Amino acid sequence: MTRMLKGLMLATTVLVPAALAGVANAADTALTIESWRNDDLSIWQEKLIPAFEAKNPGIKVTFAPMAPTEYNSAVNAKLEAGTAGDLITCRPFDLSLAMFEKGQLAALNDLDGIKNFSDTAKSAWTTDDGKTTFCVPMASVIHGFIYNKKAFEELKVEVPKTEDEFFALLDKIKTDGNYIPMAMGTKDQWEAATMGYYNIGPNDWKGEDGRKALIAGTQKLTDADWVEPYKTLAKWKPYLGDGFEAQTYPDSQNLFTLGRAAIYPAGSWEIAPFKAQADFEMGAFPPPVKKAGDTCYISDHNDIGIGLNAKGKNPEAAKKFLAWVASPEFATLYANSLPGFFSLNSTAVKMEDPLAQEFVSWRQTCKPTIRPSAAIVGRGKPNLDLEMWRVSANVINGTQTPEQAAEETQKGLDSWYKPAK
Amino acid sequence: MSDIYTADPAIVPIKRPTRWHIAVFLAPAVLVYTAIMILPLIETLRLSLYNLVDGQTAFVGLSNFATLFSDPRLSASFWNALGNNLIFFVIHMLVQNPVGVALAAMLSIPKLRFATFYRTAIFVPTLLSFVIVGFIWKLILSPIWGIAPGMLDVVGLKWMFAPWLGRPDSALITVSLISVWQYVGIPMMLIYAALLNIPEEVLEAAECDGITGWGQFWKIKLPLILPSIGIISILTFVGNFNAFDLIYTVQGALAGPDGSTDILGTLLYRTFFGFQNQMGDRSMGATIATVMFLIILAGVSLYLFVIQRRIRRYQF
Repeated sequence: MTRMLKGLMLATTVLVPAALAGVANAADTALTIESWRNDDLSIWQEKLIPAFEAKNPGIKVTFAPMAPTEYNSAVNAKLEAGTAGDLITCRPFDLSLAMFEKGQLAALNDLDGIKNFSDTAKSAWTTDDGKTTFCVPMASVIHGFIYNKKAFEELKVEVPKTEDEFFALLDKIKTDGNYIPMAMGTKDQWEAATMGYYNIGPNDWKGEDGRKALIAGTQKLTDADWVEPYKTLAKWKPYLGDGFEAQTYPDSQNLFTLGRAAIYPAGSWEIAPFKAQADFEMGAFPPPVKKAGDTCYISDHNDIGIGLNAKGKNPEAAKKFLAWVASPEFATLYANSLPGFFSLNSTAVKMEDPLAQEFVSWRQTCKPTIRPSAAIVGRGKPNLDLEMWRVSANVINGTQTPEQAAEETQKGLDSWYKPAK
Repeated sequence: MSDIYTADPAIVPIKRPTRWHIAVFLAPAVLVYTAIMILPLIETLRLSLYNLVDGQTAFVGLSNFATLFSDPRLSASFWNALGNNLIFFVIHMLVQNPVGVALAAMLSIPKLRFATFYRTAIFVPTLLSFVIVGFIWKLILSPIWGIAPGMLDVVGLKWMFAPWLGRPDSALITVSLISVWQYVGIPMMLIYAALLNIPEEVLEAAECDGITGWGQFWKIKLPLILPSIGIISILTFVGNFNAFDLIYTVQGALAGPDGSTDILGTLLYRTFFGFQNQMGDRSMGATIATVMFLIILAGVSLYLFVIQRRIRRYQF
């Protein structure tokens, strides 16, 4: 009896911890990545993290995503309380800059591999004076329209080049009646701005020229170039599905992947989930220009980077991870696991996915720009991005005219933004 | 006889032992309640008087309140939220409570069959999580996948269907009615209990005097359940001005379209915690929370000191 008892005690005190240690070695350094990309959880767990851990024994990485809309406030609270993970996924431009200025993100100028990125790639995570970079650029996303190839073949229609062709095409799909011309709803509001205004707008405000003029104060949101996209958006209304006012983002995604809608105003991040859902061929076209022969502009937005928590517990291990993220190996792995998130690495990345190739090919013919509300004019209250969500949804719903929408956003901007003279 | 009361003076001042057990038994509740309710409340009220000045938290007096009521955007959102909250409350008072009373009155009809079944069925939504309720109704009313358009079609009323949750003029009413559907069981149960408490003798006496049916309800039963209706009204008031969860699950934190379903709770959430690219502002959040607290305090005081004293109570 006593022998058995002793045996049990031995088993519980010595063997169990030993067995546990086998699972997670006590000497392992644990890293946590804070992120808003909960859609990518399985890719991180199954592809990216194992690839890193295989090369760096002794470092265990956990990917800890949360809801996108709550990410910034939650991660800020965690950073202030000192409970945030060692690695922080960075939103582009003003949000991450604010974190760096508060001393929450560490400077990464001397990180191995940061040289693999061009200044343009780093611009989203560099101080205004261009001297310090604080996040490793991971990917950019491109806006455009994804379409159902099967539907286009059935209707014998071509990809539109100009805005007139685009609306003629929408009319044709609508008259035919088999497909909803365009899958987009206004209930969640952000689609109206992100897939609407930011998507088609650059053609009107001439990409970077307009964006920089807005920052410099030489253009206003009430100028014709900035009102025009709202006018175009207002014309979308009849081509959206029945009850689009109550249609949410997942509703729109499902409508398209179930083959009920012909065109989806998209961001390239949709490619991977759409591939998994849809059983038809998909193609993509860039936002149509006003007149044939006009220069086309696309929104090629630096969207995601990763930085180092300045007060993290394992800076050395975290730096190793960041150096790996900056390597061409990661770029290839990431761009191919998540087609639609285009690598910002200077080393050319070979992408397998044809739809992703289509998106990225526009970089050759069109001039890229970023979302106008992201840099510098996105710093104040009211937040310009959120304002644009709201008014874009209003314009499509028809509850506000394009002029009212533009005026409201400009008024909000004027209340805090004084362009440098 | 009298010497019992004039007992030996030496033993009159019986020193009662300190009754420690009272403190001991109260302690757990007092401690827990203080830690999770009273301290946070005081801390919130305190925070509303502080703000960041040059990166340092500093006492700013009432300037947060001044900003809340004078800043054109902030005050516009605040008045919009308060207005919507009032509509939310009025719809509950006009729909939830009368329907609750009516249901209770019907349930208390002695001849009604399956009364227990109805009672349970009507009360069950109250027990459901608001997440489930919000999600179910979002699905039912969805113009794409919902069963509402189909069901209206069956009875030939398809033309009546609209994407109610997506239209600024109907979204708030729709959300209010979902909330009414969920919570109508509570007034029903309270009134039902009050109706059962009315003694048979009173009703029989009324019948002897020739008061039956509707007359009996209006003249005898309703006055007797008025105190319960008062309690329900104040519970509705407190619940509605603290509401947040259902709006958040059905319409999201932006409480769209165009802020038409924004109530004080969602405004507080967005201000305090931030949303998407807008950072949270704790001091302003605490200020809004304080204003909410004061509104509720005013409402409850009005009820306790003015209305409740005028309600006549009957002892049986």
